[in-house]
Amino acid sequence: MSVSGIAVALLQVALTIAVAPVLVGLMRKIRARLEGRIGPPISQPWRDLRKLLGKQRLVSANTGWVFSLAPLVLIASAALVAAIVPFLSTRSALDQVGDLFAVVYLLLLGTVFLSLAGLDAGTAFGGMGASRAMTITAIAEPTVLVAIFALSVSSGSSNLGAIVSSTLANPSTAASPQSLLAFAALAVVTIAETGRLPVDNPSAHLELTMIHEAMILEYSGPDLALLELAAHLRLVVFLGLLANLFVPWGIATTVQPLHLLGAAAAVLVKITVLAAIIAVVEVFIAKLRLFRVPELLAASFVLAFLAVTVSFFLA
Amino acid sequence: MTWFTSLDRVIETTPAGLRDRFVELLTNGHRLALVAAHHDPPIDGAVGVGTIRVVYVMVAGPPDTRLELHVRLPTDEAMLPSLAGVSFSAGRFEREMQDLFGIRLVGHHQPGRLVLHQHWPDGWYPMRHDAGPQPDFRDETQSYPFITVEGPGVYEIPVGPVHAGIIEPGHFRFSVVGETILNVKARLWFVHKGIERLFQGRSPDGGVELAERISGDTAVGHSLAYCLAIERATGTVPPPAAQLLRAMLLELERLYNHVTDLGAMGNDVGFGIAHAHTMRIRERLLRLNNEITGHRLLRGGVYPGGARATWLPQASTLAAIHDDIHDVVEFMMANATVVDRFTGTAVLSTDDAAQIGTLGYVARASGISTDARREHAFADLYQNLTVPLLTGGDVMSRFEIRVAEIDASIALLTEFLPNAQMGEHRTPLDPVVGPGHGVGLVEGWRGTIAHRVEIGSDGRLTRVKIVDPSFFNWPALPVALAGDTIVPDFPLANKSFNQSYAGNDL
Repeated sequence: MSVSGIAVALLQVALTIAVAPVLVGLMRKIRARLEGRIGPPISQPWRDLRKLLGKQRLVSANTGWVFSLAPLVLIASAALVAAIVPFLSTRSALDQVGDLFAVVYLLLLGTVFLSLAGLDAGTAFGGMGASRAMTITAIAEPTVLVAIFALSVSSGSSNLGAIVSSTLANPSTAASPQSLLAFAALAVVTIAETGRLPVDNPSAHLELTMIHEAMILEYSGPDLALLELAAHLRLVVFLGLLANLFVPWGIATTVQPLHLLGAAAAVLVKITVLAAIIAVVEVFIAKLRLFRVPELLAASFVLAFLAVTVSFFLA
Repeated sequence: MTWFTSLDRVIETTPAGLRDRFVELLTNGHRLALVAAHHDPPIDGAVGVGTIRVVYVMVAGPPDTRLELHVRLPTDEAMLPSLAGVSFSAGRFEREMQDLFGIRLVGHHQPGRLVLHQHWPDGWYPMRHDAGPQPDFRDETQSYPFITVEGPGVYEIPVGPVHAGIIEPGHFRFSVVGETILNVKARLWFVHKGIERLFQGRSPDGGVELAERISGDTAVGHSLAYCLAIERATGTVPPPAAQLLRAMLLELERLYNHVTDLGAMGNDVGFGIAHAHTMRIRERLLRLNNEITGHRLLRGGVYPGGARATWLPQASTLAAIHDDIHDVVEFMMANATVVDRFTGTAVLSTDDAAQIGTLGYVARASGISTDARREHAFADLYQNLTVPLLTGGDVMSRFEIRVAEIDASIALLTEFLPNAQMGEHRTPLDPVVGPGHGVGLVEGWRGTIAHRVEIGSDGRLTRVKIVDPSFFNWPALPVALAGDTIVPDFPLANKSFNQSYAGNDL
């Protein structure tokens, strides 16, 4: 584990944390402008975090240790994934653990802890949100697994660095059928896991329709700030993962500062484009009836399954 | 009995004869529009605590027909035979009178408190003339009798009365299996203001400002119903120009509220862009309102004996607003998810809608044709009125009926415009008015509003009874939800009904 590798990992975390709230602010701005509103400034999520961090920490007497631990687990797992995923360079210090399974389950760890925290306070809304989140996760998870299989087949490894390097070496695989199918499947999962339309409404104010917001209703102050930041980080991490797994060009294969700078610019552009696409699409779609969400996720599973099948036949 | 000088036929009856009379009128096609209790002080210094007088206003139309059944009860032993078995809404009015006047109900199958929550003191009836100052509220000793649904996997979700959005207070208790709603209890009545009592002692002119504030989004509907009642009680005939302006203000109020609802329903399915655009159109309409009456919610336009407008819109403006609204509606209906969320959600059957006695767009979306502009037209203006009717009873029907009513409103406004005159048009009230009574019926944007006023011999208001259509429509919401609606569809279903909390809880 080289010093420069550690530096790359730390740089990735710092960059993700710096960018995530701004990206969310940008998505809200795009949506507002397309709806004909002025919308809050792009820096608003950062201001909200600063405001929340300055508040007193209030915890309900009816909660247990899960409730207090969950924000830390969420932010830690999201930050760890930000360090692992090859955003800037394929030569990260954590490349040995940079396995796609590890990354996906680190993200799921956060989901599970959030659901447990929702249950912990014992309120009806928390339980309702947790139940819905678990339903969605339970259907999304097989999709993720199968999509990973499809990606691993062509590169012969589930190591993220290896998959990215393999795609860089054989650019044609990026446009292969299995790759496109897996991309589509993972994109749906990304939408579901980050609580975007048409699965969840990030700007919902109606208690009874919420999923993510229902689970964090009991949080306030610094705890809420951590959860909000973790949600922003997860969005960036998912988008970055999607971007670099399927369109890795621009990523540095060395750890030279100049290359890293170029890689940072490349990944920022890719994430911003993806985020802008989501923001624009969200304007024109409505939230699905809750019972229709499994249908959407089942479709994504079919796509992932097709990806695996194709990769075996075309390999 | 020559105490009343009114156009409305009054039938005096006894507690024993009430039920037969009532059923006879119901079967003759009459509808119960209003029930008002009165606690009359003893006349001319006679001893005693006076009498309780209950007035049932039965209406039918067209032609506009109004009948009143009057029943007198001794105050100290006010026992009223209940009509709850023959009319659901009568049963609700009875419970209201029980809470506010201390009338005891005989034969009511669900005689619990309705208007006053459990922490109001027992035996203190705020609408009696000798009620005296309000005693201290006690702790809520009796808990509210929610129905507990039992069974494997059934759990309860309590929501409100404080909500995450900026809406009025109401507590909803859902009994749920998974996400499917088995039963909902809506506990309202968190905003009891005693507004009917506030009218008492005011002059007829002084009551308008209160009437405009009964339900903030229905300023014209309630003030017009109030003014019509006053005019019937005093025999005042407003000039035709005033009636025309009133009809226009009524449609303008319908317009801005319906537009708001269309977008709000979109917002509740995560389709924020529709909401953003209807809010833009609403703002345009509110500014128009401000030009017309000097108030964005159209206050100050209608008063006893007349109406005024300081400006009138152009026909081209109305046409532009019409097109603008239809652009948004088309955009919404082109979205398959929005259509899917609306269709088949929270169905209120025609039978249920009729039994409950629903009014307004809730009734018209469920196949019941009711419109006070046709049945109780206050002026000869509505020959070209179209009353849209749908039978689906789901959220989609309640959406589409609003769109159709917007079209009908704009058509009426366009028809009225060439004859409308700006300025004040007023017939002064006779200074020596009263005693008298009158009923005003108006098709407000939510449905038929009924006011009944009584004026004393000194020309002051002695009693004003207000009925917002929400009083009839609220019980329909839990009925539409029970059975197959899922919890995350509740906000949408509730928005499609959009009943008033303030107008319901006076």
